[in-house]
Amino acid sequence: MKTLSNILGLFALIFLTSSCADENYSVAEVATGIFYHQGIDEDPTEQNIGAIANVGFIIGERCVAVIDSGGSYLEGTYLRRAIKKQTDLPICYVINSHVHPDHLLGNAAFKDDSPQFIGHEKLPAAIAARQDYFAKTFKEILGEAYTGSEFISPTLTVSIDQPITIDLGNRILTLTAYSTSHTDNDLTVLDNLTKTLWTGDLLFIGRIPALDGSINGWLATMQKLQSMDLNVVIPGHGIAGNKEWKKGLLDQIRYFTVLRTEIREIINNMGTIEEATQTVGLEETNKWELFQLYHRRNITASFVELEWE
Amino acid sequence: MSSRIFNLIVISFALMSFGLTAYAATPKEPLWPILKVAYFGDKVIREDATDLLVIDAPKRAEDAAIVPITVKSLVAQSADKYIKNIHIVIDNNPEPYSANFHLSPKLGLIDISTRMRVDQYTFVRAIAEMNDGSLHMVSRFVKASGGCSAPAGKDAAAALARLGKMQIRMRKPTVGEPVQAQVIISHPNYNGLQFDQASRRYIAAHYVKNINITYNDKPLITVDTGISVSEDPSIRFTFTPTEKGTLKADAADSTGQVFSEHKDI
Repeated sequence: MKTLSNILGLFALIFLTSSCADENYSVAEVATGIFYHQGIDEDPTEQNIGAIANVGFIIGERCVAVIDSGGSYLEGTYLRRAIKKQTDLPICYVINSHVHPDHLLGNAAFKDDSPQFIGHEKLPAAIAARQDYFAKTFKEILGEAYTGSEFISPTLTVSIDQPITIDLGNRILTLTAYSTSHTDNDLTVLDNLTKTLWTGDLLFIGRIPALDGSINGWLATMQKLQSMDLNVVIPGHGIAGNKEWKKGLLDQIRYFTVLRTEIREIINNMGTIEEATQTVGLEETNKWELFQLYHRRNITASFVELEWE
Repeated sequence: MSSRIFNLIVISFALMSFGLTAYAATPKEPLWPILKVAYFGDKVIREDATDLLVIDAPKRAEDAAIVPITVKSLVAQSADKYIKNIHIVIDNNPEPYSANFHLSPKLGLIDISTRMRVDQYTFVRAIAEMNDGSLHMVSRFVKASGGCSAPAGKDAAAALARLGKMQIRMRKPTVGEPVQAQVIISHPNYNGLQFDQASRRYIAAHYVKNINITYNDKPLITVDTGISVSEDPSIRFTFTPTEKGTLKADAADSTGQVFSEHKDI
């Protein structure tokens, strides 16, 4: 009898751990009407359902804009439920900051809301070029959490250096598309009411930034971000708030400047990518989360770009 | 009895968590036996030919679009015994046969590097074909990259804008001394596997097919390249200029465009 109750207890535990993920999915209000879920500093797995990036929403008087939809269909549904807990207003926009799966695999969870999907002018091409590969890879990585995920291209695009505004009802958002930086399709969202900026992956705080665009372009874009007058910043990864971002941005500028300086020197001496990945930027090792997973890759990507200077 | 049930549960838990953490991206079936027949017929390939060749590749593909691969020979080329070809095969790539280097007997010790796309966990193989026709293989296992790096290029517009631009890079060469040189061709190297949703079609393959490197018009290395080769194909190699002259590289892509660059020594 005692054994039976033990077993029942064990099953209850299994049931609880599988169902409580949704309950644990929390959002924080970082400025009036602006909520975000902070992604965990891990690579995507079935256990973390791909919820590794910062995603969230802005509530206006008329409707809601989602900014990045989650790293899986499952995360998209959690995010949608978190929105419904805050407001009954319709979801009229789903904005994707760039092509990476941790920011847009939740798009399909919002299909029934018939929102306008918005992205950078180069986002459709970036999705086309990567979706077969991403679909195959992320189905394997995310398992069940992937089920239902779709690559949904934007229905409205923003051109580089030609910002657009959208109105959520007494709440104007400015959407700006950048030339190649973290990727070739980065978009930021500024809430003019509270001077809150969603940077997408133009800013990583704590977690090592991952380069999938241009080191020179990204460094130039970081200079632009530095000069902006902002109250609150929500980075693509790491903590949002009114203080952390300034140091975060300086850290990121320092990291890529170190990489660029040391890689240029190796290229000038006819060195190789392998030499660069073994020697460049080692002083940054303990300054970032997940350093070992992305640092050598950042060097590789920077190297092949800087070869053409 | 009860402890048996408990054990069962513990085991099934262990299996569950194993199932969750095991990466499914490992190759399902070893493809090599099939590929070997497809590319080399019934010829014998001597495996682990580490007395002849060394292959270097990172343990993990840091960036799926750019995986540096180096092949070196341990025996210098000579007129009567030399490596005629080095074939590169990447088992689990969409097109596994990735490159064929035709090598001059005058190259000395072979030291060649290039950059490949690696989609998933795979063996990368270098098969040396000697002038007597015998085949000798070395291989390395490369783990797939994690997360968001894709084999597609990072900035298609930039790659297209400088299409055909070439560089020959080398340290200051001295006649009679081995020197390292690098040939790079700016090219998007579209692999034809990318689907364009807007037009509902695949973006046509457009890639460098052949690179011919000569010194004073005598062939050093000719490479037949396929879609596994990274954007901006790069060939790095060592050779010894025996007299003053011109190092020249000519490339041709799948649409028939040709590109050329040279450097005087």
